[in-house]
Amino acid sequence: MSSAIQFRDVSRIYGAVRAVDAVSLEIAGGEFFAMLGPSGSGKTTCLRLIAGFESPDSGTVLLDGRDVTASPPYERDVNTVFQDYALFPHMSVLENVSYGLRVRGVPRPEQRRLALEMLELVKLSDLGERRPSQLSGGQRQRVSLARALINQPRVLLLDEPLGALDLKLREEMQVELRNLQRRLGITFVFVTHDQGEALSMADRVAVFNHGRIEQLDTPRALYARPATAFVARFVGGANVVEGALAHRLSGRSQAFAVRAENVQVLEAASVPPADAMRCSGSVLDVQYHGATSRWLVKLESGEMFAASAEANSVATFGAGAPVTLAWSRSDAVPLASEPVAQ
Amino acid sequence: MSVATSLALPTSGALRKSATFLYRRPGFYLALLLIPPLLWFGTVYLGSLLALLANSFYAIDEFTAKIVYQPTLATFKQVVTQPAHIDIIVRTLSMAVAVTIACACIAMPIANYMARYASPRTKAFFYVGVMLPMWTSYLVKVYAWRLILAKQGILSWLLDAVGLETALDALLRLPAVGGPSLSSSYLGMFIVFVYMWLPYMILPLAASLERVPASLLQASADLGARPRQTFRNVVLPLVLPGLAAGSVFTFSLTLGDYIIPSVVGAPGYFIGMMVYQQQGTAGNIPLAAAFSVVPIVLIMIYLSLAKRAGAFDAL
Repeated sequence: MSSAIQFRDVSRIYGAVRAVDAVSLEIAGGEFFAMLGPSGSGKTTCLRLIAGFESPDSGTVLLDGRDVTASPPYERDVNTVFQDYALFPHMSVLENVSYGLRVRGVPRPEQRRLALEMLELVKLSDLGERRPSQLSGGQRQRVSLARALINQPRVLLLDEPLGALDLKLREEMQVELRNLQRRLGITFVFVTHDQGEALSMADRVAVFNHGRIEQLDTPRALYARPATAFVARFVGGANVVEGALAHRLSGRSQAFAVRAENVQVLEAASVPPADAMRCSGSVLDVQYHGATSRWLVKLESGEMFAASAEANSVATFGAGAPVTLAWSRSDAVPLASEPVAQ
Repeated sequence: MSVATSLALPTSGALRKSATFLYRRPGFYLALLLIPPLLWFGTVYLGSLLALLANSFYAIDEFTAKIVYQPTLATFKQVVTQPAHIDIIVRTLSMAVAVTIACACIAMPIANYMARYASPRTKAFFYVGVMLPMWTSYLVKVYAWRLILAKQGILSWLLDAVGLETALDALLRLPAVGGPSLSSSYLGMFIVFVYMWLPYMILPLAASLERVPASLLQASADLGARPRQTFRNVVLPLVLPGLAAGSVFTFSLTLGDYIIPSVVGAPGYFIGMMVYQQQGTAGNIPLAAAFSVVPIVLIMIYLSLAKRAGAFDAL
C-alpha cells in the first residue's frame, strides 16, 4: 500500500522553540498510528500539520504522495476529531454531522440520508434533533466522530479524543474506535499522552520528545526494546540504570533499562543466581494495585528502583525493610544515549 | 500555644452574628442588596420614562397652547399622519439603518482582528484606541467634524491635493444625500454618525467574537468549508447576539440624537431635533413625548425581527 502520510524533514518553530524538529515519518494506508508523548513534545503540532491548521517552517508534507505543504485544511482529504469535540453549538446534531456535505453542495435529502446513516454507525440515531449542549461527553465524542467520517476521508485524525471521558467510557471507546477503524479501513492517526491507550490500540507508535521522534515501532517492540532512556521511562515506566551503577552492574558504561516486572524483590541475605544482576537497598514504599504490588526501593547508591510483582507471589516487605533486587542479565535492555535515526 | 488560640474558630461578636444571620438567609441578604438600586432604577429610570409616555396621551389646545389633561390618541395620530412628521420619521429611520449597516461592516474586520489575531499588547492598544474617542467631549468631536467636512475644510483640501476633488464633487451632486459641501449634506452627517457610534459596535462584536472558540473555525475548515462559508455558517450565527447588541446601540443612538443633525448636515429635521424643539421652544410636551415613543417602537420592532431571525438562539 502507498503511504497515506509522509513527512520529509518537517520543522515547525515558535520563536525559540522547535515544536517539531526535522521530523520524517511515513504512515501507511489503513494503519492505526499513535503519536505518543508528554505535553509539549510536538505530537499535537504534527497532527495539526497533517490537518493543515499549521504550515511547516521547512520540510514537506505529503498526503497520498501529493505535496500538500501549502494546501489549506479545506483542500485536504483529512478530517479531525478535536480534543474539545468542537461541535457547532448553534446547530442540531444532524446539522453538525451533515456539515461537511452541506459545504460541499450535496443536495439536502442526500445530506440527511447520509447523516442519519453516520449517526446509526455511532449508535446515536435517535438524537439527531438535539443540540450538542444537551448531550453527554461520550455522546458528543460520537457526534464529532460521525461528523468527521461523513466526508469519507482517507485519513482520520484524533486529537486526545478520549481525554475528557471517564475510565469506563474510555475503555469502551477504545474498543469501538479500533473496530471502526478495521471496518472502514481508513488510516487513523491518534494523538495521546496515555501510553496504555497507545499500546493497546495502535499498530505502530511514534514516541515524541522535544519535537523529535525518539522511537517509532510496534507497541510490543516499543515495550520490550525501548531505544532510549526517555522511551524506557515514558512507556511502561521502566528503571533506567546509568553512570557508575550501570558500570558496576554490567561492566560497561552504556545505560540500560529494566522493566519493573522483571525485577525480583528478595530478602537481603538471599543469594540470587550467579548470572543475575543484583543490588541492595531498602524499601521506601509499597503500593498495592490489587493484582500486583509495586515496591519503591532506595538503593544503597542512592538511586530509586521500582519492582512489581503479583501481590501474593513474594514475601511482604514493609517500608524500611532491607532487600536485595535481582534481575536476569537478558532483561537488561541497552539504551542509546541519543535518539536513534529513523 | 499562641498559634492555636489565634486559629481557634471565633464564636462571638455582634458583627459575626449578623454575618452568620445573612449567610443563613440568602433571600434576605439578596433583598437587602437589591432593594436600594431597584428603587433608584424603578423611580428614576422607569418612572420618568412612564411619566413621559403618559404625556404622549394628552394633547395641546391649539388656541391656548395649554396641555389638556384628557387621555386622547390625537397626538399620536398627528405624529403618524402628518406628511411632515412622516418625513422626519422616514429620514431618521433611513439614517439609522444606513449608519448601523456601515458600522457593522467597518466594525466586523476590526473586531475580528482584535478578538482573534492581535497579541495581548496590540489587543489592549486597540481596546484603548477604540474607547479613547468615547472619553472626549461629544460636542468637541461634532464641531471638529463640521470643520473637517466644511467646504474649505481639511478633507476637501486633502482631496484637492491628491486630485480627487472631482470624485467629491460627483458624490455631492448625488440626489438626496449630496449638498453644497460635506458639512451641509446627509453624506457628511452619515460620516459623523458612523464615526460617533462605531465604538459601540466594535466592543460588543469583539466580545462575542472572542467567545467563539478557534477550534470551531478549524473544524469548519477541516470539514471542507472555505473561509467565506465558515464566516457565513459558523462565525456570523455565533456573533449575531453581539451584532444585535451593537446595532441596538448604533440604531437607537442615531434615532435619538439631536446634536449631530443640527450641527452637521442638511436642514431636514430628525426625530431627536423634533423632540428637543417641541418640548423646548414650542412647549408642546405631548407631541415631544409622542415623538420620543417612535424610537422605542422602532427598536422593539427591530428586536422582534432580530429574534425571529434567530439572533438570540446562540445565547
